[in-house]
Order: sequence, then C-alpha cells, then structure tokens
Amino acid sequence: MNIRSQIAMVFHLDKCIGCHTCSIACKNTWTDRKGAEYMWWNNVETKPGTGYPTKWEDQNIYGGGFEKNGKKPKLKSAGKAKGLTTIFYNPKLPAMDDYYEPWRYRYNDLFEAPEGDDQPTALPISDITGEVMTPKAGPNWDDDFSGSPDYARNDVNFKNVSKEEQDALFQLERMSFFYLPRMCNHCLNPACVAACPSGAIYKRGEDGVVLINQEKCRGWRFCVSSCPYKKSYYNWKTGKSEKCILCYPRLETGQAPACMHSCVGRIRYLGVMLYDADKIKYAANAEERDLVKSQMDIYLNPFDEAVIEAAKKAGIPDSTMEAAQKSPVWKFVKEWGLALPLHPEFRTLPNLFYVPPLLPAMASTANNVYESTSESLWSTIEQSRLPMEYLASLFSAGDKEIVKNILKKMMAVRIHRRNKTVGDLETDESAKALNDTGLTPEMADAIFRLTSLPLYDERFVIPPSHREEAIQMMEETHEYRGETGLGFTKKPKRGL
Amino acid sequence: MINTLLFIVLPYVALILLLLGSIYRYRFNRFTVSSLSSQFLEGKELFYGSVPFHWGLVFLFFGHLIAFLFPRSVIAWNGIPARLFILEIAAFSFGLLTLSGLIMLVARRVNTTKLYPVTSKMDVLVYMILLVQVITGLWTAVGYRWGSSWFASVLSPYLKSIFVFNPDIASVSAMPLIIKIHIVSAFVLVGMVPFTRFMHFLVFPFTYIWRRYQVVIWNKKQA
Repeated sequence: MNIRSQIAMVFHLDKCIGCHTCSIACKNTWTDRKGAEYMWWNNVETKPGTGYPTKWEDQNIYGGGFEKNGKKPKLKSAGKAKGLTTIFYNPKLPAMDDYYEPWRYRYNDLFEAPEGDDQPTALPISDITGEVMTPKAGPNWDDDFSGSPDYARNDVNFKNVSKEEQDALFQLERMSFFYLPRMCNHCLNPACVAACPSGAIYKRGEDGVVLINQEKCRGWRFCVSSCPYKKSYYNWKTGKSEKCILCYPRLETGQAPACMHSCVGRIRYLGVMLYDADKIKYAANAEERDLVKSQMDIYLNPFDEAVIEAAKKAGIPDSTMEAAQKSPVWKFVKEWGLALPLHPEFRTLPNLFYVPPLLPAMASTANNVYESTSESLWSTIEQSRLPMEYLASLFSAGDKEIVKNILKKMMAVRIHRRNKTVGDLETDESAKALNDTGLTPEMADAIFRLTSLPLYDERFVIPPSHREEAIQMMEETHEYRGETGLGFTKKPKRGL
Repeated sequence: MINTLLFIVLPYVALILLLLGSIYRYRFNRFTVSSLSSQFLEGKELFYGSVPFHWGLVFLFFGHLIAFLFPRSVIAWNGIPARLFILEIAAFSFGLLTLSGLIMLVARRVNTTKLYPVTSKMDVLVYMILLVQVITGLWTAVGYRWGSSWFASVLSPYLKSIFVFNPDIASVSAMPLIIKIHIVSAFVLVGMVPFTRFMHFLVFPFTYIWRRYQVVIWNKKQA
C-alpha cells in the first residue's frame, strides 16, 4: 500500500443555480490578464449543451484522455512517440475559435460621442487585435439554451439516448436542463502531466494539486489537447499553458478556493481523500463498466486501523488524517455513495465528484396531466425528464444502474424527511424507500444535513499544510537557510 | 580584409553569442525560452507551413552536420553517380519543402491580423534570414553542382579549422558570391539564436523520452 493524501471535491448539482459566481470569483482572482482573457479555469455549463470549448467531451475531435491498451492506459493522442513526432504541429489542439475570441467594450465612446440623434453605443473590441468585432461565441454562450437545435442537440452525451426520448426532451413544454460547473479535477492519473514533453506539470505529493511550472513550460501545448476536460489553457501572450491551481495559496492558509468560497448555492464541498497510489494503474485501466467501481476502490477508509497505521508510516500528518475523517467528500463519495466522477471513461481518475441532479424527476405526465403527487415520487425516477442514459453518459461511463441507485437514494432521503417533517406519508413507505437503498434513518438525516444546512467548516475541511514546519520537513535544513519569508523573484545579487 | 571579417571574426562572434547568450538567457530569463506558438490563434494554415518547414529543416541540418563530421564517407558515397543523384535530389527536395513551408508561414503571418500582437521585430528578422538562407542554399544546389561533394572537400575543412581555432579561409575566400552569402547568413543565424525564437530548438524535450509519464513532486524529501 502506497498511501497518499489528495484534496478532492464534491459538487452537488441539485443545488447549483447556474449563477456563475464561481467563474467570476476565479476570473477576478487569477485570469484577468493579457493572454488569459479567454480562460475560465472554472466555468458553468448548461446541460444538455455543447459546453466550453464547444463539444469538449467529444474525444474524436479533441483526442484527450487515455485509452485502455494492454497492461497500461495509453494517452489517446499524445505520449512519447506521438507527442515528439507531432511537436511541429499539434493536430488535436483546440484553436481560439473553439473557445471564443475575447472582447471588451469601448465604453469611452459613450462619453466621447458627439451630440447627435442616436444614442451612442459601446462597440465590442477584440482583446487580441484591438479591432471592432462581432462576438460570435462566449464562455457561456449556450446558457439556458437547452432546447435549442444548435447547442443541446449537439450534446455528445445523447449518443445512447433514443430519438423518441430526445424529441420528448426537446419539446418546449418538457424542456429541462441543469448546470454543470467544471474546473480542473486534479486527477490521480492526470493526462496533462503524462503528455507534457517538458515535464513542467506535476502533482504535488502532499495534497495532490496539479500545477504547471511556468519557468519549465516551453509551450508545446500537449497538456491542452490531452486534458479530456479541456482544463489546461494556452496563454497566447506568454506562450505558456496555465490551469486551475486549486487556489493553493488560499488552501495553504486554511481558506477554501475562491470559487468554492463564493458559491451562492453552497453546492461545493472540499476535503481530503486518502488513496492507494499503487492501484492507480489498475484503476485507470479497468474495463469500461468497472471504471467507477475501480476508482471508488482506490480510496481508503480513514477510520480503518490499518489505514491509519499505514498513513502514519507514510508520514501523513495527524492533522491530515483528522481532516480525512471529517471529509465531506469521503461522506458523499464513499460512505453514502452519492457522488460520481465526470466522464470516468476518460481514465484520468478525476477527484471532482458530482452528485447527479435528481430534479426535475417528478415530472411524469399521465394522460396529459402533470403528475407530481407524492405517491408517484418513487416510481418516476426511471421516467425522469432527464433520460437515465444521458446522466449515465456523463457520470458512469454509460451504466444506468449506478446513476439510478444514487437518484433512488436521494429520493429516499426526501421521502424520509417528508415523513419526518410533514408526516403525510405512510411510515412504511419511508422505511421501505430507505431499506431499498441501504440507507438508515440516521444516514438519511446526515445526508439531509450536509446537503441542506451545512456550515462553512463542514463544507470545507482543509488540512493544515504546516507551512510553518516546511523547513523542518526538509531533511537538509541548512540547504534552505535564508529562504523563508518574503523572497525575491530574481536574486538580488549583482554581477554574473 | 572583408573575408577575414566575414569568415573569421563573424563565426567566432556568432559562436560566442550562441554559447554565452543561450546560457545567459536560459539561466536568467528562462521564462521566455520557447517559440511562442501561434497555433492557438491560427491553427489551420499553420499545418501547411510549420510541418514541411520543420521536417525539411531537420533533414537539411543533419545533412550538413553529417557532411561536416564525416566528409570522407560522403565523398565515398558520392563515388557512384546514382548514389550522388539520390543524395542531391533528396537534399534539394528537403530544401524545396523547407522553402514552401517558410513561404506559407510568412504569408500566414502577413495575412492573419490576429497574429500581429504576437509578432515581434525579431520574428521579422528571423523570417528574412531564413529566406536568405534557404534561397541561397537552393541556388547553390542548382548553380554550383555538386554541393554534397565539394562541401565535404572544401567547406568541411574550413569549418573544422574554425573549431580547432586555426582558421584557414583560403578556400572559402575563393567561393562564388551566393555561397558566401549562404555561409555568412548561416553564421548570422547562429549568432541570433539567443535573441530570437530560434532558442526553442535548444530546449527540444529529449528528456521526455526516458522520463516516467507521471511526475509527483514532494515538498518533503521522500525516503
């Protein structure tokens, strides 16, 4: 067992209201710079929809992630041979037009326009050329446009959804959508790291944050094409790639990342997950139908005595262990089995898990009557407005059972709470619903509490990074003498 | 006098600039060491420029290098006319490939306004020196046959004399103008490396070949 600690996340999609506050917090903190205008390390997509960059999920276009290939997962369109022979032209690199051309408005025109019969307008100006342009796409261009033929119908996840179901979904009266906030998954088997020819991208051992060393990056751009989530971005001005840093300066000081801190719907949870690094290569190479399970098996129970012992031996601090035991991610992902990785078939073992959207499930129509009575709550999961195949394509590599079980659990919690607070249901029904899904009333209450009423400290359980001990952590302390505190980006030394 | 300047002073200046300049830039301004790819801003035409240009150049570079390092072998190879023709035709084809790619690249730079913000004055110089270099190279191949043979017997010794710090410019001084331009612009190009995007070929990621795919860095040293 090679035990390691990872900062992992859970997004509860039922709670996401699609307000983009996370994206704005991130943009204002990190990417409001020349060359990074188009980057949204965190973005929110309307699903069904084509997303940002357009159709990012379609790896036939972008060639991201890994494929099962013999004993080891193999990079789909990069790697040593492929990467070094296509280094003069990366055939799978998305171009700016796949994202959008960034622009701002010439607001000064509003003040400086001469008096006239017309209202002055602020013209959109390209951030690249500085010329007047007509915006044709944006980071959330298809926001709330679920039913539109251009966006929702081109969603890659409809490949297994029947024509009838699709037509039904796209009828104006039955149209439904949900939001999918996305950011770097800080994967256990990161494709960006594996594809980087310069070796500039690395995973931090202590907390698993994936970072790009800007001094080492030479801008070969294979991380951009290899990340199946398209969460590594090329800065066209500096010629370097950049990505989400999980706000590590905030994490190291005990604060939640800006996107999570600012989340209005409080959908985001962050905590420690312990895992066995020796199992990564097997988990990433499992058969497609076993991918979710094999990833779940990688995470270790922080209450298990053997795990605690091994963690101590591996030098994982007690404070991290404590954080792992309190981790909301552990609860959602393993204890309750409510959260799933996004597109596990990309085989990168992402550490961002999603509680799939239960709503709007109760919208069955019988004889043209909108059926929403509580009696039918239970039975409508299978006929939920979002086809099960669709959710399965997003979260379980096509396995409908996995998604259905989670939705059933979420429904069971609702029935249980309804019984408890309103009391208009048969107690039998509540007990049966819980029983069917393997939940106890205590678990259901805990799920309810962490879902609906969590405190800040329950949503974000951040282990201390012990920067104050960082020097002691180095074995050769004398080598690092004089290097703590406020430093210099360049050595203050004169001469050569 | 002019020959001394062009074939003794210039080469040494260029080599010193290459050596010291590259080390300096790599050590103190490492962040800027890359080619500043523009594929992200324009990714379609680039394919028809960059790919033939780079592959053509790679073969031409190693062709010149082999003729410099193993002149006897090249002359021996050229002893049979059929082999000489194969070598010359191959080299000329790579030259044409490079030129066509280069012309595509220049045309793309000029025609795509999106690329203006990422084009520096040094890039213009890079294009000019490359055009001079490739065109005079092709001209030499056509006009002064057969280059592969006389390079090995005339220029290889000259280059060697430079590297052993005992420059002998008698033979180069007698070269036709086009060939002289080709040699001079080659040294200018070498000297330009640390000041231009040429730097990127010095950091070609060979280490990727033997490194492990996944990279994990610990703050704490691992036992």
